[in-house]
Amino acid sequence: MTIAPDKNSTELVVPEGHVKLVIDGVEVVAPKGELLIRTAERLGTVIPRFCDHPLLEPAGACRQCLVEVEMGGRPMPKPQASCTMTVADGMVVKTQLTSPVADKAQQGVMELLLINHPLDCPICDKGGECPLQNQAIAHGRSDSRFHEHKRTFPKPINISTQVLLDRERCVLCQRCTRFSAQIAGDPFIELLERGAQQQIGVAKEKPFQSYFSGNTIQICPVGALTSAAYRFRARPFDLVSTPSVCEHCSSGCAERTDWRRGKVQRKLAGDDPQVNEEWICDKGRFAFRYATADDRITRPMVRDAETGELRESSWTEALQVAAAGLLAARDANGVGVLTGGRLTVEDAYAYSKFARIALHTNDIDFRARPHSAEELEFLSGTTVFTNPDNGVTFQGIESAPAALLVAFEPEEEAPIVFLRLRKSARKGTTKVFHLGQFTTPAVEKTFGTLLACVPGAEANALNALPDHASDVVELLGKPGAVILVGERAAEIPGAFTAVARLAERTGAKVAWIPRRAGERGALAVGATPNLLPGGRHVANTAARTEVERTWGVEEGSLPANPGRDTTGILEAAANGQLSGLVVGGVDPFDLPDPALAEKALAQAGFVVSLELRPSAVTAHADVVLPIAPAVEKSGSYLNWEGRRREFGTTLEGTGALPDCRVLDTLAVEMDADLFTQTPAAAAADLARLGEGAPSGSSLNVAAPLQSPAGAGKAVLATWHRLIGNGSLQVDEPHLAGTARPVVAKVAEATAQQFGLETGGYVTVSTERGAITLPVETDDLPEGVIWLPTNSGDVTVRATLGAGHGSIVSVSGGKS
Amino acid sequence: MVNPLTPVLTKRWTEPRSWTIETYERTGGYTALPKALKAHPDQLIQQCKDSGLRGRGGAGFPTGMKWGFIPQGDGKPHYLVINADEGEPGTCKDIPLMMADPHSLIEGVIITSYAIRANFAAIYVRGEVLHCIRRLNAAVKDAYAKGYLGKDILGSGFDLDVVIHAGAGAYICGEETALLDSLEGRRGQPRLKPPFPATSGLYASPTVVNNVETIASVPFIVNGGADWFREMGRDRSPGPKIYSLSGHVTNPGQYEAPMGTTLRQLLDMAGGMKDGIPLKFWTPGGSSTPLFTAEHLDVPLDFEGAAEAGSMLGTTALQIFNETVSVPWAVMKWTEFYKHESCGKCTPCREGTYWLVQILQRMVAGNGTASDIDTLLDVCDNILGRSFCALGDGAVSPITSGIKYFKDEFLALCDQNSKVLAGANA
Ligand SMILES: Cc1cc2nc3c(=O)[nH]c(=O)nc-3n(C[C@H](O)[C@H](O)[C@H](O)COP(=O)(O)O)c2cc1C
Ligand code: SF4
Ligand code: SF4
Ligand code: SF4
Ligand code: FES
Repeated sequence: MTIAPDKNSTELVVPEGHVKLVIDGVEVVAPKGELLIRTAERLGTVIPRFCDHPLLEPAGACRQCLVEVEMGGRPMPKPQASCTMTVADGMVVKTQLTSPVADKAQQGVMELLLINHPLDCPICDKGGECPLQNQAIAHGRSDSRFHEHKRTFPKPINISTQVLLDRERCVLCQRCTRFSAQIAGDPFIELLERGAQQQIGVAKEKPFQSYFSGNTIQICPVGALTSAAYRFRARPFDLVSTPSVCEHCSSGCAERTDWRRGKVQRKLAGDDPQVNEEWICDKGRFAFRYATADDRITRPMVRDAETGELRESSWTEALQVAAAGLLAARDANGVGVLTGGRLTVEDAYAYSKFARIALHTNDIDFRARPHSAEELEFLSGTTVFTNPDNGVTFQGIESAPAALLVAFEPEEEAPIVFLRLRKSARKGTTKVFHLGQFTTPAVEKTFGTLLACVPGAEANALNALPDHASDVVELLGKPGAVILVGERAAEIPGAFTAVARLAERTGAKVAWIPRRAGERGALAVGATPNLLPGGRHVANTAARTEVERTWGVEEGSLPANPGRDTTGILEAAANGQLSGLVVGGVDPFDLPDPALAEKALAQAGFVVSLELRPSAVTAHADVVLPIAPAVEKSGSYLNWEGRRREFGTTLEGTGALPDCRVLDTLAVEMDADLFTQTPAAAAADLARLGEGAPSGSSLNVAAPLQSPAGAGKAVLATWHRLIGNGSLQVDEPHLAGTARPVVAKVAEATAQQFGLETGGYVTVSTERGAITLPVETDDLPEGVIWLPTNSGDVTVRATLGAGHGSIVSVSGGKS
Repeated sequence: MVNPLTPVLTKRWTEPRSWTIETYERTGGYTALPKALKAHPDQLIQQCKDSGLRGRGGAGFPTGMKWGFIPQGDGKPHYLVINADEGEPGTCKDIPLMMADPHSLIEGVIITSYAIRANFAAIYVRGEVLHCIRRLNAAVKDAYAKGYLGKDILGSGFDLDVVIHAGAGAYICGEETALLDSLEGRRGQPRLKPPFPATSGLYASPTVVNNVETIASVPFIVNGGADWFREMGRDRSPGPKIYSLSGHVTNPGQYEAPMGTTLRQLLDMAGGMKDGIPLKFWTPGGSSTPLFTAEHLDVPLDFEGAAEAGSMLGTTALQIFNETVSVPWAVMKWTEFYKHESCGKCTPCREGTYWLVQILQRMVAGNGTASDIDTLLDVCDNILGRSFCALGDGAVSPITSGIKYFKDEFLALCDQNSKVLAGANA
């Protein structure tokens, strides 16, 4: 008896929802609906392509990816585009590797693509990383049979201040137009003309104004799209690429930073399917020159007792002066700490620990923006304990049946959240509701429904949803529904209470999505007046003891009473109840009351500023300690999902020190040990603490009754735009040029009431000051006026001392 | 073998004021409609299938089968779109039909819409033919006035609205999916298929796109029956057909004849070659179909006959050239057309036509080399079957067939001593 080999052992098992086919003689199992080009790629066969992109809908335009296909034993008469054809059972596919027909077809298309291509490689930004170059070498002829005239176009045209288009280099793959239309929803570039004259273009007077325009440069398979920022600055093969994480918003995008000789040349989107897929916003891509601004502070400075001016000093001197000043202030009325929202987890942790063990205080707050006690209660009761395993995530948004956005402008505040919302809404998965003031572009582009209310009335609106919009409540009751709350909710009394109630009623998960990259991390490490690291409440003795033991400090030494919040700290400093301030990366003009901040800085006996560039804080500081920007240090951010986004140092050896290191040394001078000499050490120290136990929150802020604004007055609606006056956007004029126009918005009826003319100007004022700007009408509630918070000449907080929900005077204005 | 045909599609063309609704009614028009409205829509689809009617827009797809692809009971609106873009060089049948007898098209539109359960139909007319657009608009208005269009047509409970849409003069907008994009107000470029128009056409709803002549045949089928229709033409290509003859014939124009009629027979009808100068080459179905020569005078001009002889029936647009015409020159002219009309979407057609034109122009100017012929053929090979839509395939037909039959004329152009345009024997 012979034993037959078990035939079945070599047969491929075809799971449910899969098919079996043969590619180049190899049997392969593929999920139904998979495109041939991807199945082949999984087998290790790269079929050349230009128009294909895994995140865009197939176009089949370039015809570079042709293969031979046989179905049911019958060869198809023509080669097929593998980027548009899906797998099928029994299909037999021959790529360029085994089919002379496919190979010839690909060579033929390549030759045709090159006949009109300029010989720009030596001066083209894409040279060295160019799919056309690479694939021409792999799949093209070595000589050209084309002896005729090449098509020419005038060399590059600006399609925005940032993006330049060289039509001679364009292979018309439509990746850029499909990205803009499908992913970003900004179809401001289109194909124009036809035949060989076909070209990408923009409409007259309508530039390519998209927050995501830079992605088109990255996915352009040739050097047709270039950025004003990077153009002609480097060659890819001279660059060093370091994986990084964006330091701007709370999305926490994966990036790749390309640098050369100690200087960042460009940033590219990293590929992270869980977070940013393959996209980033233009701020994340282009806003990095702040770190190399001419006025960057590189040496410590102390205020000269005689001249009253800052002068450069040694680190030793600066640290000694700082330590002495802070010790004296601590022992007088105490020192408050303001950290801003841009710190890494590790740096924020150092501030948190520094406040507790070097300054003996809970007077620390990361919220360099309008904030409220209700917000803090919400964040410390719920948000701080959410993470990607138990909370809302990007991928959760993509499968949510409904998303209610409360006081949150996704496109302006967390662009990648916007892209996910649009993606799932476009597929028809997610119904998006925006509780806001008018139909912003994001409302339209997420196919959303606006639930409009007067600023400040959001809590009432939420409470009234069951009565007035039961469909919304019903949808929110479906599994997976989400509520996304933005930073502006802190300016709306009762908003967090109402959100919590609605979540309880519907079972929808809530995510808080701040604007800045460092806020979630700062919350997690206790850079707040009421929390220690890990969400432990300062008033909880057991929690305190736990921290004291881990930190190795005397039991009972940590302050037990909740401290002051940002405004409390500023008020106390302004009226002498605090003697000193430690300020890290705060722009006073972002604060709810910049005048109070100025006064506090001026009045505080002793101010230590940890800063990158001169600011309104350094102007008052007694000691200025330079710190490293994100590219010059390692660390991590917690994005809004609570996901840790770790990054290494991009530019090594610049000598710039991270905040945690500066604070560690300063603490030593003050006789305290932070153990945060390096970000890694800080992270390890933090990890030893783990997470505390949730203590629950007791949110009970009533929604206020709205009173009429009064004659000549209106209620102000305001939020930040993605591209505006942010301090990390300096030195980027090309990016600034793509900002949205700075205009006020009112309802038609409101315009009439105030006698405002369309295309005219409006003056908005408070007792602090006045702003005049062009005004447009939109679908706002009556009696409401919207202003960008901090764009161009419009600086709502600095000039008006006002915020979302403030009552302002409105009159017709002249420019 | 040809039955002398009593005109069907063109029977009213010689009537005085043939285009009016009165003439139409007087000559048996709008008699198929009440019959159709009494039938079940599925019966009409079946009848169309039985008749063997095949699309007259070029590809010859069985019309009844196309109607049958429309999913029924899907809850979506259905649309009928009439392709009246008539852009194929040499084609001149749809516009004369709409000028002379617009109501036969409109009656066909109503019956077809009823069959596929569409309550909206659009007629996409090439933009240059303003007079035709005016005539169609007037005809539609008259049909509304008589209750053939609008709500509750002839008391049947069936509603139909028809609009006439003027294109903007792009050959590619005759390609059905480009036409749909154009009709939706977008840039006219072909769509990726699948999904096919039958499931996702106009505004992503099930849509039938048919040629003018196809739909104008429908009332006759309803009145005459499938068997009557099959009496004309040949087994797999039944029915009457309008052949448009242009070029060097004595009487150019439209000649209705049964499917399968030969050029020899058509030339008889058209009074023979102009001035008796012998035939040199011709297109059986527009310039996108490979050229024929005098050898092909007896090829039966139906879908099978043309294909067996190495070309295609296309739009039965017979462009006829006598011995005074240089083949390379004509091929160059056609190629200039395709270069001009390439939509630009795909590489082979966009870049290929750009290249081919320049080679041909250079050759015709007397600066060609023999290797240019190889390059022409190889570039054509890289376009044919590699392009996104059939325009690219059509673009290479004149070149490959021209070289196939008249290579010596191309070679003669490469002879540096000859300054005469080869083949153009005056
Ligand atoms: C480049 C191109 C141009 C075309 N132009 C026309 C046209 O002008 N009229 C037409 O009826 N069909 C035209 N067609 C064919 C249509 O795509 C389609 O097959 C036809 O309208 C279907 O109708 P039928 O089945 O009644 O023939 C064209 C096809 C291509 C590829
Ligand atoms: S600009 Fe680039 S991405 Fe856009 S179509 Fe041209 S080659 Fe493609
Ligand atoms: S979305 Fe946010 S994290 Fe991503 S690149 Fe833009 S600013 Fe950076
Ligand atoms: S073959 Fe390509 S370029 Fe030519 S018309 Fe069709 S889609 Fe456009
Ligand atoms: S990659 Fe397949 S057609 Fe372009």
